[in-house]
Amino acid sequence: MSGDVTTLVESPVDPEAQFQAIVDAEEKIEPTDWIPEGYRKTLIRQIAQHAHSEIIGMQPEGNWISRAPTLRRKAILMAKVQDEAGHGLYLYSAAETLGITRDEMVDLLHQGKHKYSSIFNYPTLTWADMGAIGWLVDGAAITNQVMLTRCSYGPYARAMVRICKEESFHQRQGYEILLALCNGTDEQAAMAQDAVNRWWWPSLMMFGPNDSESSHTEQSMAWKIKRVSNDDLRQQFVDMTVPQADYLGLTLPDPDLAWNVERGHYDFGEIDWDEFWAVVKGNGPMNRERIEHKVSAWNDNAWVRQAARAYGAKQ
Amino acid sequence: MSYDVPHLPGEEFATSSDTERGFPMWEVFVRQRRGLSHVHSGSLHAPDAETALQAARDVYTRRQEGVSIWVVPSSAVSAFDPEAAADFYDASGKEYRQATYYKIPDEVGQM
Repeated sequence: MSGDVTTLVESPVDPEAQFQAIVDAEEKIEPTDWIPEGYRKTLIRQIAQHAHSEIIGMQPEGNWISRAPTLRRKAILMAKVQDEAGHGLYLYSAAETLGITRDEMVDLLHQGKHKYSSIFNYPTLTWADMGAIGWLVDGAAITNQVMLTRCSYGPYARAMVRICKEESFHQRQGYEILLALCNGTDEQAAMAQDAVNRWWWPSLMMFGPNDSESSHTEQSMAWKIKRVSNDDLRQQFVDMTVPQADYLGLTLPDPDLAWNVERGHYDFGEIDWDEFWAVVKGNGPMNRERIEHKVSAWNDNAWVRQAARAYGAKQ
Repeated sequence: MSYDVPHLPGEEFATSSDTERGFPMWEVFVRQRRGLSHVHSGSLHAPDAETALQAARDVYTRRQEGVSIWVVPSSAVSAFDPEAAADFYDASGKEYRQATYYKIPDEVGQM
């Protein structure tokens, strides 16, 4: 044994090379390992934004809990919104292993210094939106999150495994809502079509800028934080979704959508990147309202936290 | 990608804030079913043990993932310094610690 110890002391390894070797070997990086500062910062940014998205994402659906058409739908929607809260908590925990506290992240979100996914800056206008969100938005999220279960950072990858299991329920319940509407009256089918018209493009935007415009992708791929490029994930999602839309009898609002025999994929039209960047920059339909609602809920509940802390201190 | 917000030109991303510290952190261990050990599921924040248990039930066992939960203050966990690789026993060259190291004649049968 003493021989081994001497060897370790005499030839110190380059920590960055050792880190990259673990990543390249498809092993997981764990919280106490040495990591490059850029890796830490990239992960905090991504996991915090992911957590904030889950928490803010409770608002558009919470909006419909009191107006769900049946008790069954209401129970399902409540369970789904509760899952989103749980997902946010798993993710805040994963980010906390990187040396930032949940309170700091929440504070930075409230200050507007942290962002969340733009998809939640669109309003939920009808009950059919609950179907479209489950099917399209959660479907897009699953496409992305399945990739993230293979992320190099252990705590993030583990959170994703849990989340993916639960997310599958979210997508299926959404599709079932649309199935019911599409098999209902003409007005109900029209409501489903209207919701899909509004959610299709924002769902495609969830995958981010085109690869040619995505400056940070290369480093994230080398660190194996990200395993598949934006455009490849978007294509996967389109290919998976088109036949599901056909089954519902709904039309996806893209005249350029067509099967390309040579590529073996669906071609689709250009995303409105002006709208995309406008929402990212804070000018979407609901950006201000979402944060205002979040901050007021936090402030209104301050007395509960204070009372809990006082009670805890007495235990 | 879905929940990753694209970088805006000149973005400065903050990784700390001077906000007041909230509730302490707890590590959550869940026994999936009788006969199995408690296994680490994750962590959460709560003001006291009782509230931590209730939160752990809601966060980690919404789908009957467990029949028993432990919560432990995260500050009570001690661990080796990961740099101290020598703390872990190097078992290479000590194959005699494994059962398969020993050759038992086939005639003896299963052992």
